[in-house]
Amino acid sequence: MIFSIVVQAAPYSCQSAETALRFARSLLEKGHSLHRVFFYGDGIHTGSALASPPQDEINIPADWNTLAAEHDLDLVVCIAAAVRRGVLDTNEAGRYGKSGSNLAEGFELSGLGQLADAIAQSDRVITFGA
Amino acid sequence: MPDKKKVLIINRRAPYGRSNARDSLDVALTCGVFEMPISILFADDGVFQLIGNHQAGDIGQKNLSANLAALPMYDIDQLFVCTESLNTHGLTFDSLEHSATQLDQTAIQQLIQDHDVVLTF
Amino acid sequence: MALHTLNQPPGNIECLKRCLSALSEGDALLLIEDGVLASLPAYAAHYDQIKVNISLYALQADLAARGLNDLKDNRFIVVDDGGFVDLACEHDKVVSWY
Repeated sequence: MIFSIVVQAAPYSCQSAETALRFARSLLEKGHSLHRVFFYGDGIHTGSALASPPQDEINIPADWNTLAAEHDLDLVVCIAAAVRRGVLDTNEAGRYGKSGSNLAEGFELSGLGQLADAIAQSDRVITFGA
Repeated sequence: MPDKKKVLIINRRAPYGRSNARDSLDVALTCGVFEMPISILFADDGVFQLIGNHQAGDIGQKNLSANLAALPMYDIDQLFVCTESLNTHGLTFDSLEHSATQLDQTAIQQLIQDHDVVLTF
Repeated sequence: MALHTLNQPPGNIECLKRCLSALSEGDALLLIEDGVLASLPAYAAHYDQIKVNISLYALQADLAARGLNDLKDNRFIVVDDGGFVDLACEHDKVVSWY
């Protein structure tokens, strides 16, 4: 079965961010496919490369990146939500004249059209909200 | 491209205090651009999105009510409001700026059944 | 048939009520995160009012994390993360209440 996941919860603020990651792992372990993970609202903070949790805590951005590398996942961070909140890739950093970019490896910025596409292409769309 | 999925957006949050109302509107408009059939249900605190006379400038936000008025231009005209939620808040149907079909709990169950994908905000 | 998930504690009673009122015949409710607090027998009356046949589940890791394994109402079936995925597959859509 083809899943897509929508994450609206900020990492470390809301447990939903961790539940989403566990759900993604479980569905992949069961042999299902994950068409896309769409990070929206405060969920976009998941795509920050600057997140530096203590070493004995889960590293949510890094864990998503690892899972994405293992399963060739499409991790899309909503560009409008992200740029507002200060998660930028090199293109956006250049466009807005910022000194650095901070979108984590394995994630890409894109528009809400990617969510519409995920809805069209997936058997199940599941939201993890806050 | 598979058959177009019928999408139901459920709005349960009041406008302005959190970004949910704006986020959901942006999703609705995007799905509208992609010509996906969209319905929107306003329930609980979300019914406050439907009343008029929003003046959000002083809180530094854009007028959500004005944006809601744009939905018909995207062929989004399936708007629903939970009757029980209106009653809870002491709002009358006539006090709503944006017209929406009133639904009771049974009708809301049916609405969920009738859609392929449900997004909650 | 839909799978409904609820992640809000009973302190957010409006969310629980909204979720329960949206359940149709054959739907399933899975309590996750703080939502598992609503599996305590103290909240039984809310489930007794449901007029349709539904299935009730609670997520194992969230029950265990909160010390609720032995406190939950027995009508809740405990599922692990894989069970969550299975429930999502068995129902034709997932509605998240939060």
